[in-house]
Amino acid sequence: MEDVNTTGAAASYATKGRVLVVDDDAPLAEMLGIVLRQEGFDSQVCARGDAALAAFRDYRPDVVLLDVMLPGRDGIDVCKEIRAESGVPIVMLTAKGDTVDVVVGLESGADDYVVKPFKPKELIARIRARVRRTDSVASETLTLKDLQIDVAGHSVTRDGSEIPLTPLEFDLLLCLARRPWQVFTRQVLLEEVWGYHHAADTRLVNVHVQRLRSKVEHDPEHPEIVLTVRGVGYKAGS
Amino acid sequence: MVVRVGRIALPTGIRRALTFWRRSIQARVVVSTLLLSAIVISAVGWLLLQQTRDGLLRHRVDIVVGEVEAEVSETRDHLSAATGTEANASEQRAELIDPIIEAGESRGYGVVLGGPEGDQVTLTDGGAQRTSGLELQSIPASLERHFERVPSSTAWTYTEIVRTLPDGSVEREPGIVVGSQVRLPADGQTYTIYFLFPLTEEHETLGLVTRALLTAAGLLLVLVAGLTWLVTRQVVTPVRMARRVAERLAAGRLQERLLVTGEDDLARLASSFNQMASNLQRQIRQLEELSSVQRRFVSDVSHELRTPLTTVRMAGDVLHDARRDFDPATARAAELLQAELDRFETLLVDLLEISRFDAGAAVLDAEDINLLDVAHRVVDFARPLADQRGVLVVVEQPDRPVRAEADARRVERILRNLVTNAIDHAFPDDPDRPIVVRMAADDHAAAVTVRDRGVGLAPGESAMVFNRFWRSDPARARSSGGTGLGLAISLEDAHLHGGWLQAWGRPGEGAQFRLTLPRRAGTPLRHSPLPLAPVDGARADLAEATEPEVLPSEGILP
Repeated sequence: MEDVNTTGAAASYATKGRVLVVDDDAPLAEMLGIVLRQEGFDSQVCARGDAALAAFRDYRPDVVLLDVMLPGRDGIDVCKEIRAESGVPIVMLTAKGDTVDVVVGLESGADDYVVKPFKPKELIARIRARVRRTDSVASETLTLKDLQIDVAGHSVTRDGSEIPLTPLEFDLLLCLARRPWQVFTRQVLLEEVWGYHHAADTRLVNVHVQRLRSKVEHDPEHPEIVLTVRGVGYKAGS
Repeated sequence: MVVRVGRIALPTGIRRALTFWRRSIQARVVVSTLLLSAIVISAVGWLLLQQTRDGLLRHRVDIVVGEVEAEVSETRDHLSAATGTEANASEQRAELIDPIIEAGESRGYGVVLGGPEGDQVTLTDGGAQRTSGLELQSIPASLERHFERVPSSTAWTYTEIVRTLPDGSVEREPGIVVGSQVRLPADGQTYTIYFLFPLTEEHETLGLVTRALLTAAGLLLVLVAGLTWLVTRQVVTPVRMARRVAERLAAGRLQERLLVTGEDDLARLASSFNQMASNLQRQIRQLEELSSVQRRFVSDVSHELRTPLTTVRMAGDVLHDARRDFDPATARAAELLQAELDRFETLLVDLLEISRFDAGAAVLDAEDINLLDVAHRVVDFARPLADQRGVLVVVEQPDRPVRAEADARRVERILRNLVTNAIDHAFPDDPDRPIVVRMAADDHAAAVTVRDRGVGLAPGESAMVFNRFWRSDPARARSSGGTGLGLAISLEDAHLHGGWLQAWGRPGEGAQFRLTLPRRAGTPLRHSPLPLAPVDGARADLAEATEPEVLPSEGILP
């Protein structure tokens, strides 16, 4: 579906963002292209799992929509490959709502997932939430424990060395760090970080908190930066 | 008589012993055989002992009496040979008794001279002559009385011979005392000579026999116990093995089999048991295969159906968004397409959810949640529908936090189904009769009830509402667009938590649904903090009396 939308650099500059759609179902991919274009996104389709990484390197998208079941290579593996070289937001398109598939998808590095059949508006909302960059004007630096958070530069450093975080993990950490006195329920975090406005799967939060901890904590078993408040949610360590 | 041991608080040791007794056939068989053998063996032993003793004593008595007769007749001859008047009585008495005492000392018996008889002088007051050291109490009073009559024939009895030894200690031994009377010519009086023969030898023999018998009895009992233990063990061991294997089979280890040795009854039992296990295993395997085929099918259908549906859905949305540009008929068609796609999608989602439950693939993702938050979320979600129908939904503030370890997604789905169901069945535009969501908790359980004052349920319907695709009135419109699977899924969700979902209803008085969840996931429920029948109704007392309680076990799918 190369004809969907692969316009030049000038055109893509005007769009809200670039979306790489990795899905083997041609009608669905085409339909996604139509909907995305209506919403002002530029998109490109890749139909095979083993071609996805090359397409990603070539297209440099702002968001990747990734189907789980793909010819050539499993969506989970593709997700891991992309995650290994980029923090680009990845939204999994899954046909299964089962706990195991969702958790495996999230653990392989996906930021979010939508279960087929999804409403187009829901998908667009997910993509917008991922593309929406916090365009903070003032250069602001927050300190959380021994971490320095450079809000404008989207970087987190400890003792001068940078800790690589995906944009989602950065947003999650920033959300907690901005109000260290507040305990965030999973529901609130889903709203603030993922952009959900109705009830959603709180496993998203659990998985990403685990991932964030594995990167920023000295001992992820005994977290000091992202603390669990039993029965409520999470808060930043003070 | 049945003793209710359970009522009495027994010490643990005794209770354990009783349990062992109840459970072990082997112990019971061994103990009862042992008891029975002990009774028989003691009876036989006692009989043998009696016989031996009687024989021994009779023999001894014969000898002793003969000896006494001989001695006495010799003494009589000796006395009659002496002249009657030439000596005084005491001298003659001494002459009479001394040789006998002497003979007694050398031959091991004691002698006492009693008398004279007939003048009420007892042995103890009279200065009876006797073997030194011998106590007079050795002669029983009955024998002494026998010889008070003159003349008396020779008589004997058993006694206990008491002696004072030179060192002052007292020795007692069983013996025979034989008495015989002689007439002393010197004073014409009759005297009684008592001969006391110890039964030491017989006593020893008897002791020996007793010891031998006891030893034999003990050995015999050990033998019987050992034999019984061995025999029962041969029977009980295979039975116990069968029990263990049966338990393992029941626990799901279907490959477990019994070891078959030989061709006896037990071996045949074992092989029949194994055959049964194999058949069971095969059937279960078949079922498992069917189930996995089913699960795979569900997963495939899920993927195959969802992808085209997603495309159709998006296409429908694009058309729906653009309907203003269409002519009215096409625009309406786009609207209908959109609405029916929603319905189709919900139905598909519900069907797949039910299939997941049927395949046993549903997993509980429990965490500690506040049910009040869930209820508020659900009511907020249902508000547009409620407003549209003109129905008021009220969440009552509980007096304490209502928390439970539960899967938030599933609990929310249950409550959403209950609330939309209540909105569906409430009378529209009647804010005086709101739908009330009430909740309560205690240390073991949390409960939520959803009460509506709508059409209610006919008798017997409170159990049927959870059936798939069941409708109370087929003609009734469904404003919420329910699939008919909502309550069935909710019931499965509740069961997945180990909780209850029950319904109460009465025609014209509305219905109440109660969800009860255990406070801690996995703990069994015993009661609910809220009653199933509503307590707010005007006829609550009547309702309470004939509460059509749906038992928790009802509706659980096999």
